[in-house]
Amino acid sequence: MSPVLAGVLQLLALMGALALAYVPLGTYMARVYSSDKHLRVERWIYKGIGANPDTEMRWTAYLRGVLAFSAAGVLFLYLLQRMQGGLPGSLGFSSIEPAQAFDTAASFVTNTNWQSYAGEQAMGHAVQTAGLAVQNFVSAAVGIAVAVALVRGFARSRTGELGNFWADLVRGTVRVLVPIAAVAAVVLVACGALQNFSGIHEVGQFMGGSQQWNGGAVASQEAIKELGTNGGGYFNANSAHPFENPTPFTNLFEFFLILVIPLALTRAFGVMVGSVKQGYAILATMVTIWVGFVALLMWTEFAHHGPALQAAGGAMEGKETRFGVGASALFGVSTTLTSTGAVDSFHSSFTGLGGGITMLGMMLGEIAPGGVGSGLYGMLIMAIIAVFIAGLMVGRTPEYLGKKIGSREIKLAACYILVTPALVLIFTAASMALPTPPHSMLNSGAHGFSEVLYAFTSASNNNGSAFAGLNANTDWYNTTTGLAMLLGRFVPMVFVLALAGSLAGQRPVPATAGTLRTEKPLFTGLLVGAILIITGLTYFPALALGPLAEGLA
Amino acid sequence: MTTRRENHEGSMSTATPTRVPHSGVPTGHTPAEDRVGAGLFDPGQLLRSLPDAFRKLDPRVMVKSPVMFVVLVGSVLTTAFSFTDPGDWFGWAISAWLWLTVIFANLAEAVAEGRGKAQADTLRKAKTDTVARRLLAGGAEERVPGTRLTIGDLVVCEAGDVIPGDGDVVEGVASVDESAITGESAPVIRESGGDRSAVTGGTKVLSDRIVIRITTKPGETFIDRMINLVEGAARQKTPNEIALNILLASLTIAFLLACATLPPFADYAGTRLTMVVLVALLVCLIPTTIGALLSAIGIAGMDRLVQRNVLAMSGRAVEAAGDVSTLLLDKTGTITLGNRQAAEFVPVRGTTEAEVADAAQLSSLADETPEGRSVVVLAKEAYGLRERHQGELVGAEWIGFTAQTRMSGVDVGERKIRKGAAGSVIAWVRERGGTVAEDADGIAHRISEAGGTPLLVAVQDGKGARVLGVIHLKDVVKEGMRERFDELRRMGIKTVMITGDNPLTAKAIAEEAGVDDFLAEATPEDKMALIKREQAGGKLVAMTGDGTNDAPALAQADVGVAMNTGTSAAKEAGNMVDLDSNPTKLIEIVEIGKQLLITRGALTTFSIANDVAKYFAIIPALFAAVYPGLDKLNIMQLSSPDSAILSAVIFNALIIIALVPLALRGVRYRPLSADRMLRRNLGIYGLGGLIAPFIGIKIIDLLISLIPGIG
Repeated sequence: MSPVLAGVLQLLALMGALALAYVPLGTYMARVYSSDKHLRVERWIYKGIGANPDTEMRWTAYLRGVLAFSAAGVLFLYLLQRMQGGLPGSLGFSSIEPAQAFDTAASFVTNTNWQSYAGEQAMGHAVQTAGLAVQNFVSAAVGIAVAVALVRGFARSRTGELGNFWADLVRGTVRVLVPIAAVAAVVLVACGALQNFSGIHEVGQFMGGSQQWNGGAVASQEAIKELGTNGGGYFNANSAHPFENPTPFTNLFEFFLILVIPLALTRAFGVMVGSVKQGYAILATMVTIWVGFVALLMWTEFAHHGPALQAAGGAMEGKETRFGVGASALFGVSTTLTSTGAVDSFHSSFTGLGGGITMLGMMLGEIAPGGVGSGLYGMLIMAIIAVFIAGLMVGRTPEYLGKKIGSREIKLAACYILVTPALVLIFTAASMALPTPPHSMLNSGAHGFSEVLYAFTSASNNNGSAFAGLNANTDWYNTTTGLAMLLGRFVPMVFVLALAGSLAGQRPVPATAGTLRTEKPLFTGLLVGAILIITGLTYFPALALGPLAEGLA
Repeated sequence: MTTRRENHEGSMSTATPTRVPHSGVPTGHTPAEDRVGAGLFDPGQLLRSLPDAFRKLDPRVMVKSPVMFVVLVGSVLTTAFSFTDPGDWFGWAISAWLWLTVIFANLAEAVAEGRGKAQADTLRKAKTDTVARRLLAGGAEERVPGTRLTIGDLVVCEAGDVIPGDGDVVEGVASVDESAITGESAPVIRESGGDRSAVTGGTKVLSDRIVIRITTKPGETFIDRMINLVEGAARQKTPNEIALNILLASLTIAFLLACATLPPFADYAGTRLTMVVLVALLVCLIPTTIGALLSAIGIAGMDRLVQRNVLAMSGRAVEAAGDVSTLLLDKTGTITLGNRQAAEFVPVRGTTEAEVADAAQLSSLADETPEGRSVVVLAKEAYGLRERHQGELVGAEWIGFTAQTRMSGVDVGERKIRKGAAGSVIAWVRERGGTVAEDADGIAHRISEAGGTPLLVAVQDGKGARVLGVIHLKDVVKEGMRERFDELRRMGIKTVMITGDNPLTAKAIAEEAGVDDFLAEATPEDKMALIKREQAGGKLVAMTGDGTNDAPALAQADVGVAMNTGTSAAKEAGNMVDLDSNPTKLIEIVEIGKQLLITRGALTTFSIANDVAKYFAIIPALFAAVYPGLDKLNIMQLSSPDSAILSAVIFNALIIIALVPLALRGVRYRPLSADRMLRRNLGIYGLGGLIAPFIGIKIIDLLISLIPGIG
C-alpha cells in the first residue's frame, strides 16, 4: 500500500468512526447539561465543595465560578510542583523552579499543556497523577461548561441566567469525561500503553550506552490528554513515545479521542437551541476547514521534493516510522486545529509550508473543531461576526438563532477575536526585539523565527504543542508563555460569558423568509471565508517571514 | 331589508377630497424630484463639495470615524517622515495619496450632505421671520415676531398670511398652501376640530380666517426639524451603524497590531521597514473603503426618504423599517382606492339591467361624490349609456346627495328616480305606497357578503313606486397590490389589513388583495392590541395613521408613519411623516430601510475582501529582497517594490471615489428572499471584492511603470 493511500484510508476510517459517535454522544451531552437530576456521587461532590447546583447564575456569577476555580487550580498545581521534592512518589525528582512551576500550572489549568519540562526527567508520580492528570479532566470540563453557558444564552430568552457553573463542571467531569476516558484507558492498556507506578529503570540501548525510563499512570493520562484536548505528554516525546502511543491503531484511536467531543458538541448545541440543523451547519464549517487542512498538510509533506524524501515516500524527518507521513499529517492537523497540542511527530521538521499550516490552524483560533468547549464557543463567535456582515447584506438587523446582533454583542465578539492575535504578536515581537530571548532559537533565519512565533501562537491559543527547537525553559519564555496562556484562556472567556448573558436577556426574533438562513451551505461557505480572511489575514505578515519564507524558498 | 353598513353614506359624505381642487389619488410622482436634483449622481457635486471636504480634516471631526482617523494620523506621520528625507519621491507620493484617501472620504460625506443642503435652503426661505397676530384675552390683537410665540398662544391668520408656527386650528376653516413643505401646489383644507386641524408654520393661508393655538416652541417646529434632518445636523448614528463601527474599529486594531509588530520581525529577517511603508501597509489593510463611505451611506439613506417626501425623525426609524416583519395597512387609500366604485347593476325580477342602468345613471347625475360619479361611468362603459348633462332634460329637478337624505335623484315631470342607501330608498318607496321587490333583499345581502355595498335604485311613475334594482358598489383594490404583497411575503413581511368594515366584507377584500391577515371592525384599541401582540412575538411592526386616535398606536409601532394631512398628535406620535400623505409609501420605506443596511453590508464585505490582493502586492514588495522565495507571492507581477506599494495605496484611495455613487444611490434592492439576496450580494461584493483589486492594482502598476525613472 502506498503511503498516500494509507493516509487517505486512515482519514476515511477516522471520519467513519467520528460519524458513528456524533449523534449518540452529542445528544447525550445535551441531555447531561439540560437534566435537573443529580447522581449520588455528584451530590457528594456538591456537599464537599459547598455548592448548590440548583441555583441559576447570571454571567457574572458564572464567570466568578470559572475564575475562582481556575485560580485555585493554578495555586494548587504550583504548590504541588514546588513541594515535589518532599512528596512520596517523586521518583527522586527535585522541586520545580518557580518560573517553570508557574508556567506548568498555568499551562495545565488553561487546557494548554505547554511543557517546558521533559516529563520523564522532571515530574514524579504525585505531580503527574494528582496534579496534572486532575487538571486534564477539570480544565476540559471548564471549557465545555463555558461553551454550554453560551449555548444556553442562545437557547434561553428574557432571562440573564446561564445555568450553574458547579453543576456544569461536575457533570462534565463525572458523566462525560471520566466514563469515556476510563474506557479509552483500557483500550490503550490493551494495546500496550503503560499503566503502573513503577520506579526508574535503567536499560541498555541497542547501539550501546544506557537509558533510564520510568513507569507511571500513562494510559489513563493519555486517554484524557486526548479526550480533553489537553495534549500534555507523560513523556517528553509525547504521542510519538511508544509507551503513550504504542501502535498505528492507538494512533488512529487517539485522533478519534481528540476530535470526538469537540465535534459532538455541535450536536449538543443543535439539540439545545432546538435545531439540529444549526448544529450541522457549524459541524460542516469545522469539517470543511479540517479536511482542507489535512489535504494541504498531506500535500506539502508528500509532495516535497529531494531524493531522500522521495526514497522515503515523503518528508520523513521528525516523523515516527511506525505512523508514516499520512498519519503524522492527520495528527498534526487534528492537534493544532483543536487545542490539544499532543504531537506524534515534530512540527519543526515538517516542510516549511507544512509547519505554516500547523501554525495557521492554531491562529484561526482553534475552532475547527477546536478544544473541548473552546472550539464551539470560538466558532460561535466567528459565526456572530459572519452573521453580522452577511445579515446586513440581506437588509435586516443581523440576527443569529433568533438573537439580534447589536452593538453590545459585536463589541464583545470583536474583543474576543482581538485577544489572541494581540498576545501572539506582541509577545513574539517583544521576544524578537529584546536581546536575550532570540538566543533560545535552535535555528537561524526564517525557521528560527517560526520557532518563536509557534511558541506564542501555541501558548496564546491554549494549544500547547511545541514546534521543537526552541529552548523554552528560560525565565522569559516560562513567564511570557504562562501569561499568554492565562490571558489567552480567561480573557476570551470573560467576553464569551458576557455575550451569553446579553443573548440570554434578549427576546427572540422569529424567523421569516427575510431572515438569513444560518443552517444552509451558503452560510457555511461564508463562515469559512470569514474565518480565513478575518483571522487568517492578521497573521499574514508574520507567516510570510516564517513558514512562507522558508517554504517558498 | 337592511344592510350591514347603515352609515355608508356617512363615509361618502366625509370622503371630501383633502386637496382642493381634488387632485386624485397621490401617485408615485414625488414632487421633491423637481426641487432637488434627486436620484442621479452628479460629478460636479464632487468639485462643489471639495471645500467642505477640506474643512472636515479637523481632527476633532475625524476622530468620530476611527478608521479614517488612523489614516489621517498615518498621513501626518508619513508627511513628517518625508521632510526628513526630502529627496525620496516615494515617501512624498505615498504621503500625497494618503492625504487624498482622507480627502476622498470627507468628500463622500460632504457630497451626501450637499444634496440635503439644497432642500434646506428652500425650507429656510419658507421660515422667513413672520409677524404673528397674537390674540389677547379681550379679543384684541397684538403683533409680535413669530419667534416670540409660546405654546398655548392663540394667533389669527387670514388670507395671505404666513402661519407663524405649528399649531391646531381652533376656529374657522381655510385653504392653506403647504407647498413650502410638501412641494404639492394644490392647497389643502384646514379646519377646527377633527382630523384636519393641524397647521404647520411657514405655510400660507390662501382664503378665509382661522385662529390657531400654537403647539410648538419656536426653533422646534416641524420646519426647523426638517431643516436639521435634511442637513444632517440632527444625524445620530443608528444602532447598526454603531455596531458596524465597532467591528471596523476592532479590525483596525487587529491590523494595527499586525503592522506595529512587524518591524522587529523584519529586523531579524535583515531588512529595515521605513515608517512610510508601514503606514502604507496599515492603510491598505484597515477597512478604509467602508470606513470612508459609512457616514455618506447613512446620510444618503435619509436623503432617499426625503426625496420620496418622507421625513424620518430618527435614523433609528429608518433602520427599523428594514427589520419590519409586520405591516399594518389601512384598507382605504392603501389597499383599495379611496372610494367604492359601482361594479354592476343587478335588476330585480321583472326589470332589465338596462332599465336599472338608465335609472341609476339619471339619479346619479346630481351626485358629486366619487361613488355617484362611478355609477355614471359604469353606465357609460358597460351599458353604452352616454352621459347626459343636467341641462339636457328640460324641466328636470335635480336632487343632490346629502348626508341627511342619503339619496340623490331627479324628478322629471311625474317620473321620480332615486338611488341611495337601502334604508332611505325603501322608506322613500314605502312613503309613496310602493312595494319593495321580494328579491331585492336577497340581492343586497349577497352583495354585502361579497364585501360590496348595495345601493338601491327606485322609481315612481305611472305604475307607482317600486325598486328597480341594486347597484353593487365595490371596493376596488389598487392595481398591482397583489404583486406587491407577494413580494413582501417573499421578503418575509406579513401584511395585515386594517378596516372598519365587518369581518365578512373585510375577508372578501383581504382575499382579493392577497394580504396575509385582516383586522375587521378595528377600533384604535384593537390596533394597539394587535401591535403589542406582534411585538411580544419579537416582531417589528410598521403602520400608517393620521387621526388623533391613531396616535397611541403610531407611538407603539416600531415604524409609525403619520400622514402630513393628519393631526399634530399623530405627527408627534409617529417617527416618520409622509408629506404626500400616501399610505402605500410604507412599502417603499421598508425597502429604503433594507437598502441602507444592504449597502453597508455590501461595502464592508467588499472592503474586507480587498485585503487579500493588497497582501499579495505588498508582502513580496517588502520582503522578497531578503527572502527571494516570497517573490512567488507576487502573482500580479508588479514591476517594482515601490510601484507595488504605491499602486496598492492608489487603488485604495481611488476605490473610495469610485464607490461614492454606489454609496449615495444604495445597492440596488430587489424583493428577494434572504437566501437569494445573500447569494447575489456575496457574489458581487464578496467575490468582486476579492478579484477587483488584483485587476485594479495591476493596471495602476502598469501606468506607474510607464513614468520614467520609476518603473
